[in-house]
This record gives sequence, C-alpha cells and structure tokens, in this order.
Amino acid sequence: MKSVQRIREVRQIQRFNPLQRTLHWLMAICILAMLFIGVGMVSTVASDYLTLVNIHKPLGIAILVLALIRLVVRLRYGAPPLPLDLPEPMKLAAYLSHYALYALMIAMPLIGWAMLSAAEYPVVLWPGVWLPRILPLNPSLHTLLWNAHFYLAFLFFVLILMHLAAALFHGLIRRDGVFDSMAPTLTHDEVAPAE
Amino acid sequence: MPEASRPPPRNLIASLALIAGVVAFVAATFSYTAGWFSPERLTPQKLVDGFAGPSGPPLGHRRNHAKGICFTGVFEANGAGSELSHARVFAQGKYPVIGRFNLGTPNPDADDAKERVRGLGLMISTPDGQEWRMAMIDPPFFPVASVEAFRDLQIASASKEPDAMAKFAGAHPEIAAFGDWAKSAPWTGSYAEEPYNGLNSFIFTDGSGSDHAVRWSLTPAAQPVPVPPEELAKRGPNFLETEITVRIKNGPARWTMRVTVANAGDPTADPSKAWPQDRRSVEVGTLTVDKIEAEADGPCRDINFDPTVLPNGIRTSDDPFPAARSSAYRVSYDRRTAEEKDYPRTGTGASQ
Repeated sequence: MKSVQRIREVRQIQRFNPLQRTLHWLMAICILAMLFIGVGMVSTVASDYLTLVNIHKPLGIAILVLALIRLVVRLRYGAPPLPLDLPEPMKLAAYLSHYALYALMIAMPLIGWAMLSAAEYPVVLWPGVWLPRILPLNPSLHTLLWNAHFYLAFLFFVLILMHLAAALFHGLIRRDGVFDSMAPTLTHDEVAPAE
Repeated sequence: MPEASRPPPRNLIASLALIAGVVAFVAATFSYTAGWFSPERLTPQKLVDGFAGPSGPPLGHRRNHAKGICFTGVFEANGAGSELSHARVFAQGKYPVIGRFNLGTPNPDADDAKERVRGLGLMISTPDGQEWRMAMIDPPFFPVASVEAFRDLQIASASKEPDAMAKFAGAHPEIAAFGDWAKSAPWTGSYAEEPYNGLNSFIFTDGSGSDHAVRWSLTPAAQPVPVPPEELAKRGPNFLETEITVRIKNGPARWTMRVTVANAGDPTADPSKAWPQDRRSVEVGTLTVDKIEAEADGPCRDINFDPTVLPNGIRTSDDPFPAARSSAYRVSYDRRTAEEKDYPRTGTGASQ
C-alpha cells in the first residue's frame, strides 16, 4: 500500500491540480482580455470607450482576487518539478518569469486602483458599487502610478508572449511534459487512477 | 514522464514556424486593438492635441476651458427629481459641491471680455459615497452634431486655407445656429448671471425601473444684465474672476437646476439640436455657491469634471459626446497633472 501511495504522489506532481489549471486558464482569458481592453480603451473616443472602461475596472478587481487565491493555492500545492534535463538558463528564465507574472497579476490591479484613487476618480465595480479610494488626491503620485500602469502593461504583455512561446516550445518541440502539466484537458491520470 | 518515452518533434522547422506564427498573431491583434495600424482612428490624444494653438498647449492647465476659478457650495435637492431618478442626489437634502467657473478657451491667460463661451464644472457628493460630475456651458446647444464634426471643426479652425471654415460650415450646417447665438446672445458681466446647460442627454432611471431621457440646465437666480462686449473690455482681463469673488463675499449666488424630459422621437444623440420649449421639465433643486478660491490652490484644480462619473440612477444615453469627452478629459488630466511644475501652487492657500 505504501508504495502505491508513493507512486500516486509522484504521478500527481507531474501536473498542476485541477483547481490550479482552472485558475490558470480562467486568468489567462481575463488577463489577455484586460490588456486588449486597456490598449483599446485609451485609443478611442467612441462609445466603446465607456463600455471598455466599465469592464476594465471590475475585471481588474476580479483578477486581483483570483491572483490572491492563486498565490495561496500555489503556496499550498506547489508546482510540478521542471524536467531534469532542462538547461539551467531555461530553468532560470522559467523561475524568474513566473515570479514576474505573479507580481504583475497582483500589482497591476493595485496600481490601477491606486492611480484612480490618486486622481479622485471612482472605482466603480458596477452601478452603485464604488470601491473606497486607497490613496488621497495627489497629482504627482497619480503621474507615477499612471506611468507604472502604462509601462508595466506592455511588459506584462511581452512576458505573456514569451510565456506562450515557451509553453508551445515545451509542448511541440521538447515534448517534456511541461505543457501537459498545465494543459486544460483531462488526462488518463484523472480519468482512471494509475493503480 | 520517463525521458525515454518522449517522442521527437515531428518537424522542428514547422514547429518553430507555428510558435512564431502564434506569437506574431497575438502581437498583431494587440497592435491593431491599440490602433497602431489605424492612424486614421479618432483618438482622445488627437482631440486634446487639437485644442493647442500654434504656441503649444497650456502646460499644467486643462487643455480646453483652461481659464477658471474654483468654488464650493451646496446642492439642495427639493425631492422632485426622485420621480425621474432614484439617485440619492435627488432625495430631499443638502449635498456638498466642488465646482469651477471657466471660459471656453485653451488659453489660461485669456481676456475675459473676449471669450464667448462660459462654463461651469460641478461635482456633487452624496452620503452614499457616490458622485455626480458634469461640465456645462452657457450656449443652449452645442456647435456640432457629432464627435467627428467636432474634430473637423478643430482642423478647420487651425487651417490656414482661407475657405476652411466656409467648407466646414457647408458640410456641417448645424454650426450656423451656434454662430447666430454667438452674435446675438447678450453678454453679461458675471458668471453668476449665466445659465449653464448640460446639452448632452442622459438616462434617468426612476424607482420603478422606468427610464427617462433627459437633459439638464442651471438657471441663475441673479437677473442677467446685458453689457456690450466693448464695455466689458474696459473692465480688465480678469473681470469675471474679480467680480465673482467680490459678489460671493457679499452673499451666495444661486441657480435652479431643471431637468427636461425628452418626448419620444426627440433627438437624444445630437446636442446641437435643442428640444422644443414645451417639453416637460422638473425643478430638482438649487445650487448655492458660497465660496470662491483661486484655481492654483483651489479644490477644483485636480478634479476632472468627467461627465460620465454618474451616480446609480443616471447613466449615459445614445449621445456619443459624454464618452468622447470622458476620454479626452482623461488625457487632458493625465497630461496636466504630470506638469504640476509648470503651474505652481502658490502655497498661500490663496482663498480669496
């Protein structure tokens, strides 16, 4: 029994658990949508502007909540190990980019919320529900946060492109199980227990 | 996964090309969304740039309606507006306001006697933590019918072609009514004697969930006294600010807020078309201005009177202007707050 238990643990750690994968793909959709909405809304005077702003704010708060849940889940359940034969520079890139992605997932909504607060704009989740302001009115802080929100958004997008390229590299070229560890589909691991 | 069982890539070049293709596609879609492939897209940056004269924008100041003075006071709702909107601001009571009298010019040093359009920005705060912001002007209708026409007007105004404005007027005949207003409407010697009109239409939702398309305006309690512009020119370049400061020191100024309800079929999407005079209107309250402060240190300085900051119970309509104004005001705000050093605070708390 003991060995079966150990095998199951070893097998399980090959993949992120279903909660982690659900969070990952849900957030992937939210964050990509958020970045597209962001660059779209600041470049138009059409009525879409308001529609996009009215999505951007609550979606940002939703991403913040999801990111915090995800951080807790990650700390609790960890991640499958990277393949043993993965070259060191790629391992380092993987670790650093994931720290950066987590930091941005949490920081971007907070910076946006703080930026709006420093300009005394309302943070409207939906009609009638306004979040409290987390900073007092302060033009120089607003400028600092505005710049951070603007430039970090592009950094975030570039990181996501690299993340996407790396995932496909693992999935199509190295075929080392890294892509499968976060793939959205069920595998036989879950369909039928190994024993 | 055991190393030995790893299948080799079917075709390395094809796989790399696929990866590059996917990444390039996502990046291109992003660039398209950002408008980088669409130089013709009307952006808020273009609208805001369009206000700047040949000498450049007024650094540190609002990009339009750049000259202004702050006020504070109270909006006292009489309760009648509640039949049109369930917004808290219409429930009988007194709500604090921050506002700004201003001139429709991108020049913060403009001569008060030369600027035809006078405006009022207003932010009303209610105890439920919500706000109603607006920016109104004294003409009874807007010069143009669409945001694109407004941009064309900017281009025509800046054009060196002698017939640019004539061509514009040909393409946008609605400008003629505004020209007539500018020529014939009386000038007054005080911000307190001006009416201020919201011009854009919004949707009020009442307690039963019914929607009403409305516009609103402020009617001054002070009797307007017409003064010829030649006479005003003798009063000095800042006579409006001096006058309102002295006037409010001697007692508050008041306006009645009136909400006008559209009939079915009235043009809600075109602020250049006034609604017929016989439309139902409801007096919803009184604006009382009881303190004036210079803008440099005043409470209105760093407020964006974004007309789309609305309490629950009011929302935008099919009028395209509030969205365009919101996006342009945002750009103006972002720029001017980054230029604080160009518009120093006096640090004296210059309450006048």
